[in-house]
Amino acid sequence: MAEGSLITDMLKELIGVPSEPIVFKVEEGAIQRYAQAIGDANPLYNDPDSAAGIKHGRLLAPPGFTGWPVKAGRPTEKLFESLVKAGAPPRILDGGVEFEFGEPIGAGDVLTATPMIAGISERDTRLGKTMFTTAEITYVNQRGDLVLKSWATLIQF
Amino acid sequence: MTEQIYYEDVDVGSEIAPLAKIATTRMLVQWAGATGDFNPLHYEDDFARAMGVGSPIVHGALKRAWLGQLMTDWIGGDGRLKKMSCQYRGMDYPRRMKTIDEPLDGETWWCRGKVTRKYEDGDDHMVECEIWVENGKGERTTPGSALVALPTRSAE
Repeated sequence: MAEGSLITDMLKELIGVPSEPIVFKVEEGAIQRYAQAIGDANPLYNDPDSAAGIKHGRLLAPPGFTGWPVKAGRPTEKLFESLVKAGAPPRILDGGVEFEFGEPIGAGDVLTATPMIAGISERDTRLGKTMFTTAEITYVNQRGDLVLKSWATLIQF
Repeated sequence: MTEQIYYEDVDVGSEIAPLAKIATTRMLVQWAGATGDFNPLHYEDDFARAMGVGSPIVHGALKRAWLGQLMTDWIGGDGRLKKMSCQYRGMDYPRRMKTIDEPLDGETWWCRGKVTRKYEDGDDHMVECEIWVENGKGERTTPGSALVALPTRSAE
């Protein structure tokens, strides 16, 4: 470990170890409010009585939506808490995200999310010594189908 | 809803139909409620200043959701979004509100994209795209990429 490294031994131990899964429900009203907040009028997400709604038998979720709340108490926040506990810098920025989509997510689904820290790196940036964590979350529905894998980049400084 | 786009309709360099968006403080409040992301960075002036971003900024995840709409609008009901990614590189600042539902004049954001590759993978007809959100100055604050499967006319 280089001198002054942000990546403590405690942080290294978190890498690759899945956290406690989190279960949550995808509700119709939550999908509609999310679509409205984007300004996306697609009937797939808004109108269960539209042709699109009838075709799928329910509202589908816009890409990346996995139920409310998306943030508070959710997988990435839990990971963030464990990172800070292990000595990571407390200030955080959302660096971006990558999604790999599986089976569609829709109203009535019950999803199980398993978060894991996939990797940690560090480098000097204009914020100073900065740590980059890849938070991987795997989402599976009530039938056991993979519906989403996401990799979020947490920037801590 | 526009007409369905097919694999045969696109080539490397083809542009994705652009999508215009206006971020307002009101919209950020709506987004906070719809996602449960109540970080004051997005609505509290003093807090945003202390965090070093000047004033409240647009949620990265909202810009990501705009890019999701860009793609799903473009691929239509028979296309499938397989992968999407974006990076939050630049800060964006919402327009303030003039009335209860009308924003002040100001910036309009554009979600745009371009086809970078097309290929067949077994029975799937895949199209890779470079996508981004650009601000009123034309700067790409949120670059990303997407991979979609489009229907093919030959399958009809």
